Amino acid sequence: MTDVPPAPFRNEKALKRLKKRRAADTRFRLYGLSAIAFALAALSLLLVSILSQAISAATYHVVRYDVVLDPAVIAPAGKDKPADVARNIDGFYELLRSNLLQTFPDAQGNRLATRQLGDLVTRLAVLPVAKAVAANPTQIGQELTVKVPLNDDLDLYLKGAVSPEARVKLGAVEQGSETATGQVRLSGPNAFKGLQSLIATQRAEVGDAADARSILVTSGTATGRVVSLSADNLEMDLLAGSASDFQGTRPLARIIALPEAQRNVSDKQIAWTLALKDMGRISRVPHTSLLTNTDSTYPELAGALAAIVGSLLTMLVTGFIAIPVGIFASVYLEEFAPRNRLTEIIEVNINNLAAVPSIVFGLLGAAVFLGFFGLPRSAPLVGGLVLALLTLPTIIIASRAALKSVPPSIRAAALAVGASRMQSVFHHVLPVAGPGIFTGAILGMARALGETAPLLLIGMVAFVADVPSGPADESTALPVLVYSWATHAERAWEPMTAAVIVILLMFLITMNGIVVFLRRRFERRW
Amino acid sequence: MVQQLGHLPMGWLMLALLAMLASGGFFVGRVQAERFNGAAGSVRIHSRPNYHGYYVAMWTFVPALIVALAYAMLGEGIVRSLLAGELPANFRNMPSVELEVYLDSIARAAFDHGYGGADRVFSAIANRFLELQGMVKASAIGLALASAAFGFFLARRKVAPGFRARTRVEGGIELFLFLCAAIAIATTVGIVASLLYESLRFFSEVPFWDFLFGTRWNAQTSAEFGALPLFYGTFMIALIAMLIAAPVGLFAAIYLSEYAGPTVRAWVKPVLEVLAGIPTVVYGFFALLVVAPAIRSVAVWINTTLISAGITAEPLLAAQPTSALAAGLVMGIMVIPFVSSLSDDVINAVPQTLRDAAYAMGATKSETVKHVVLPAALPGIIASLLLAVSRAIGETMIVVMAAGQRARISPDPTADLTTITVQIVALLTGETEFDSPKTLSAFALGLVLFVITLFFNLIALRVVQKYREKYD
Repeated sequence: MTDVPPAPFRNEKALKRLKKRRAADTRFRLYGLSAIAFALAALSLLLVSILSQAISAATYHVVRYDVVLDPAVIAPAGKDKPADVARNIDGFYELLRSNLLQTFPDAQGNRLATRQLGDLVTRLAVLPVAKAVAANPTQIGQELTVKVPLNDDLDLYLKGAVSPEARVKLGAVEQGSETATGQVRLSGPNAFKGLQSLIATQRAEVGDAADARSILVTSGTATGRVVSLSADNLEMDLLAGSASDFQGTRPLARIIALPEAQRNVSDKQIAWTLALKDMGRISRVPHTSLLTNTDSTYPELAGALAAIVGSLLTMLVTGFIAIPVGIFASVYLEEFAPRNRLTEIIEVNINNLAAVPSIVFGLLGAAVFLGFFGLPRSAPLVGGLVLALLTLPTIIIASRAALKSVPPSIRAAALAVGASRMQSVFHHVLPVAGPGIFTGAILGMARALGETAPLLLIGMVAFVADVPSGPADESTALPVLVYSWATHAERAWEPMTAAVIVILLMFLITMNGIVVFLRRRFERRW
Repeated sequence: MVQQLGHLPMGWLMLALLAMLASGGFFVGRVQAERFNGAAGSVRIHSRPNYHGYYVAMWTFVPALIVALAYAMLGEGIVRSLLAGELPANFRNMPSVELEVYLDSIARAAFDHGYGGADRVFSAIANRFLELQGMVKASAIGLALASAAFGFFLARRKVAPGFRARTRVEGGIELFLFLCAAIAIATTVGIVASLLYESLRFFSEVPFWDFLFGTRWNAQTSAEFGALPLFYGTFMIALIAMLIAAPVGLFAAIYLSEYAGPTVRAWVKPVLEVLAGIPTVVYGFFALLVVAPAIRSVAVWINTTLISAGITAEPLLAAQPTSALAAGLVMGIMVIPFVSSLSDDVINAVPQTLRDAAYAMGATKSETVKHVVLPAALPGIIASLLLAVSRAIGETMIVVMAAGQRARISPDPTADLTTITVQIVALLTGETEFDSPKTLSAFALGLVLFVITLFFNLIALRVVQKYREKYD
């Protein structure tokens, strides 16, 4: 009884093998975990990168101007009717520009400087002011405070998006004196030591490229660009303000990493903007014009209103066609269709259509709706029709699933008390399947709302300056606006695009939220 | 007077007319049928009064609706051809395109009520246009009313106690339901017909084989229509996408169905599906904003490292600002849920008994998955991969924004490639006329795209169907 048979799974080789197999098991599990981690990381990277951009567009900078509405400028004789005043962009722009010239008299007489100063405000930005004054002509001749958006590049500068910037607080300046016109020397014992060491570190990092960087020294409303410095003395070109502004203060120095030639904003414009900010004339306000303005070629004036309305009109057309047709089609296929070849073809067809690339629907719309029927281009009507065909399969498939889940006992009960098949379906089965059908319809609409490619092909990508008033008007849609803004070259469009994406996602989240709510509230298990 | 009629808002008028006809018909039919109730006795009433109402309404409404639809589709064309017939001979000898443009301007002028142009001929024609328009509109309304009246009287005569109104109405509704279902077929027919028609026009100018196997694509500037570089770009980007999506989607599905507990599953699955719900234009923006610059800087870094290490003298990678790799990577992320959710379904459909059998033999979990579950689920997994490939091939916005416009065949993933969908968008955006080979080539590309994706979809759907039958 002592000869215990050798346990086949207990010997050393088997144990080693087991260890290996368990290790393989753990590895396999890790692959799965890392796959999920990768997908989640990609999703969060996408959302974070878009949200962080969008947040920067959620606010923007406006400049306050206290101007006298001089009738000679904005309503000269012969052009003083309200309609003329509303169109007198040049006059209002001139008002703001001369206001800026009064604030910064140094720019006067220098054509380049005058033009750069004028660029602080976009010419078209005065249009709302002109319209408001035209609507209330008694204001003409009075003093008025207006707030006008800052130029988009300077707005980006203030948001810190133009270039990396290193800042250092300087020591106390004892004396600031003008050595020649526009040349200022600041002096103070060891006042510039910190700046000196910062420049030295930067030079160690990037080499000679550090020489091309602008170093701006600001105190209050005055700013100068450093030419040379030692620990106690600093020579600079004055950009705004006067030498005496620096006396007895501790100025702030900024080293702007991007050289002036590679920026859209000059050092002078930065100096003026900083001065305006110090005067309290620049304020950061919520960017509501993003929701109330229509498209523009200037980022600071552009808004998504026309696209939002266009999207709503398109969805209206899509919903009015795709939802009833989809429901009726699914009722037919699920409840009435005889099992024959035709039905089979329709079913295969619908499954295929659900997987046809959306751009093919765009080609269909271009060839049939525009080419054959001659419907208007760029209209929400055509866009809605195309998207209706596109979402129809989705809605049909979802509604059929909902109808399928209704237990046959309900049909049988209705038929048993003498209802016709039509009555049993419309009075009993459809109401029970209602929430399921409705969720399917909303999901289909959500897909249609995000669809871009077919709309490009039917011309909904045009620049639309007016809010469309009906489904036959020229229009664009939210996802198309994202596309066209994303392809603009200027940097300022990036946060704007991200903001429009956030608006689009809000709509989608709302729609999906309704779906989740309906499922929670009405889902029945039979 | 007739000119005034030309300004009638036909859309609203027709809608109001149809609504009135339907409700009027219903009311008359119902009232007539309700009288049977009072005088009942001898005859048993088959249908309730409402159904008689519906029946009359149906016969009043449908003929008028047909006239209204016919007007909506043909009205403008009839007016134009009438007007063109009346124009002096020198107009009739114009090329048809120019005549169309001229008629467009006439129509526009006619709809501005206060047209007072200096050109007397022009304003005379515009007025005549309005007159004709008014005549056509008035006759459309008259025709609608007449046909509705005809249907109404036919239907009313049938209303009788023994008349099976409900059966007839239900038959009508069933026909309507069938027509709704048939729209799906009409859509497919429309797609195939329009793509084929325009493609045939294209191939009458450009030889078919030159299009399929030519290697030079330059549709915008010169007439070079060799689409091979586009097929290559499409294939390359779809390949990159699948290299990401296939392993990630598959492993995610395996983890979710075999390893994850119910709570993890309940959270992770919907989050993965969010990836499928994000509009593709958002992915395109993401690719343009984040991924493409990152790939470019990595490529530049690789170039400089290789050069400084003395391995190559020239930059190895193209390092373009938009690249096939950026588009493919982001597209891969987009199709992950298409792979994972269908694979998850098929893995879950594998019967538990198969797993239990494997465990009983002493297999570990991963061995069970690799040797039992995956082989059993393989057809379904292949189907999900095929559907994902078809998605990737047909995807438009990501490649439009992040892949580039240059048609070339290059193995370098950091070079910019172009795809079928990119070219379709580039060719048709802003185009109004479909008669140059340039725009027609977009339809030929669309046909290729449709055929390829249809092929993948059909196989995938067939596999899924077969597979369901096996385990159900």
